[in-house]
Amino acid sequence: MQNIEHRAQSTDIKKRIALNKLWDYIFLATGLVSTLAGLVLLFALMTNLFIDGSQRLSYKFLTAFPSRFPEEAGILSAWVGTFLLMLVTAFAAIPLGVAAGIYLEEYAGKNWLTDIIEINIANLAGVPSIIYGLLALGMFVYFFKFGESVLTGGLALALLILPMVIMATREAIRAIPNSIREASYALGATKWQTVWWHIIPYSTGGILTGIIIGLSRAIGETAPIITVGALTFIAFLPAAPVSAEFPFISFKWLFDPFTVMPIQIFNWVSRPQQGFHINAAAAGIVLLCMTLFMNAAAIYIRYKFRKRIKW
Amino acid sequence: MLNKFLIGIMALMILSAAASIPVSAQDKTVKIDGSSTVYPVTEAVAEEFQKAKRGRIKVTVGISGTGGGFKKFCRGETDISDASRPILKKEMDACTAQKIEYIELPVAYDGLAVMVNRKNTWVTSLTVADLKKMWEPAAQGVIKKWNQVRSEWPDAPLKLFGPGADSGTFDYFTEAVNGKSKASRGDFTASEDDNILVQGIAGDKNALGYFGLAYYEENKDKLKLVPVDGGKGPVLPSEKTVMDGTYEPLSRPIFIYVSKKSMSSPEVKEFVEFYLKQAPTLVKQVKYIPLPSTAYKLAEERFAKVKTGTMFSGEAKAGVKIEDLLKMESGK
Repeated sequence: MQNIEHRAQSTDIKKRIALNKLWDYIFLATGLVSTLAGLVLLFALMTNLFIDGSQRLSYKFLTAFPSRFPEEAGILSAWVGTFLLMLVTAFAAIPLGVAAGIYLEEYAGKNWLTDIIEINIANLAGVPSIIYGLLALGMFVYFFKFGESVLTGGLALALLILPMVIMATREAIRAIPNSIREASYALGATKWQTVWWHIIPYSTGGILTGIIIGLSRAIGETAPIITVGALTFIAFLPAAPVSAEFPFISFKWLFDPFTVMPIQIFNWVSRPQQGFHINAAAAGIVLLCMTLFMNAAAIYIRYKFRKRIKW
Repeated sequence: MLNKFLIGIMALMILSAAASIPVSAQDKTVKIDGSSTVYPVTEAVAEEFQKAKRGRIKVTVGISGTGGGFKKFCRGETDISDASRPILKKEMDACTAQKIEYIELPVAYDGLAVMVNRKNTWVTSLTVADLKKMWEPAAQGVIKKWNQVRSEWPDAPLKLFGPGADSGTFDYFTEAVNGKSKASRGDFTASEDDNILVQGIAGDKNALGYFGLAYYEENKDKLKLVPVDGGKGPVLPSEKTVMDGTYEPLSRPIFIYVSKKSMSSPEVKEFVEFYLKQAPTLVKQVKYIPLPSTAYKLAEERFAKVKTGTMFSGEAKAGVKIEDLLKMESGK
């Protein structure tokens, strides 16, 4: 009697286990399909891009200016423009963003003002990029009179990625155990010394990763760049940063007109000739490689800095 | 190491701050902005001009659209504005307010092509009245089938494709067909990218759409061009029929507007002269239709005499022949 009851119970449990396992498998399958859906789609898109564009990829394509003949057109002014823009963006966004992040994590007191700043930064990260373009148009182009220049474009993108840099800095700093700070104070270090010798070095990996991910986003932005007046046809490069005459370094390039890769791609896609569509695909590959390279750099840097930390 | 890195960054920041003292040394640049329809022509001219000048004069071309281009132009930010329609009254006022005078120069013709799917067997030609029936604002939600336009046509859904409301092509088509610029039904597939329209029409047997002739030229094998009857029998758009004005009302002149102020700089003057001289060859290369040679002559004269103002009364007008206007003006 007891035995029967016992057996019934055990089959009950077995059934439940089987059912739970089934659910486990169903979830596993769903998860796998969801993951693959994104990957397969991305892979298909990239393959398509490569099939279309690889025939046009050549040294000449990278060193030629735009042209009305698709076979002669190249992306020199576009990729140089993109590169310079990223340079300005990095130089503007990194010091500001890192300093702001350090302040908020290490110095700011817990009060309503800090709360307001924090909420605003979190919200800024979600503001559509065109809004930053409008802000930059009003501020840099008309108020500061920087013109429709590399400087304006770079600063517009810097504003765009600033919240990202600040967040990444804060995350990285938060990951440092409090015991490190306490140890530093215990040895008589001031707050600034602690930040300079411990906090910044230990969080560099995380900060740089955040910066590069921010820059990878900025590189593909079109809307704010069009708003501040990037051009479409431009068959010359900005002035060289170094010159033979005194003072040898020239910043004139900051004020030169420019175009960027996404705009060039957009323009080619909307042209009637098939040849331009191939050019657009080829330029797409180059842009993709630039982004990929930056992401690879981010991963490498994170790995490098992780290894140096010994706690 | 990190220390040096950070100091380096700071040094560079200070340097760049020092450099942001306004650089006034402007080199020779011709600034152009405006319509994306005119862009291919201007791009071609700019390319050739820079080659001819060996890069001594820089030319930049943007695509802010006809309206956006005029906004910049009338603020004095550009030397030349590309326009796919004549300047409008409110743009003229904006220019006058800033004391910007301009010279209006036609540079080419652009034909609007009406297209159907290749499998469409019933449409052999369309009258302007047919087009109006399909596209007028009153057709919205009412005209949904081909047999509602002409009873002999099949009982099949009518799928319409056209450029979006920001485009000069849309402005012009609505003006020519519906009698009022921007007056159109809203329930059609709109795209600013004409290639999307090509694909849409090529993929649907019951489709009809319109866009610039250049896009048809590149997609001849995918689409069927429809002759349009403007009152004197159906005419197919072609270089000949657009140029001699028989393809009407769906052909239009496109323009550049040159700021009088900018003409004091020799490079702008040189560029415009080069533009008008090279236009007949270059316009053809980018698949637009050149004006008759007399029209270019008249435009050159107009430019040489610095004749400011517009030949139009500040509104989009359909079916005008540009050489008549130019003649009328110069012919006293």
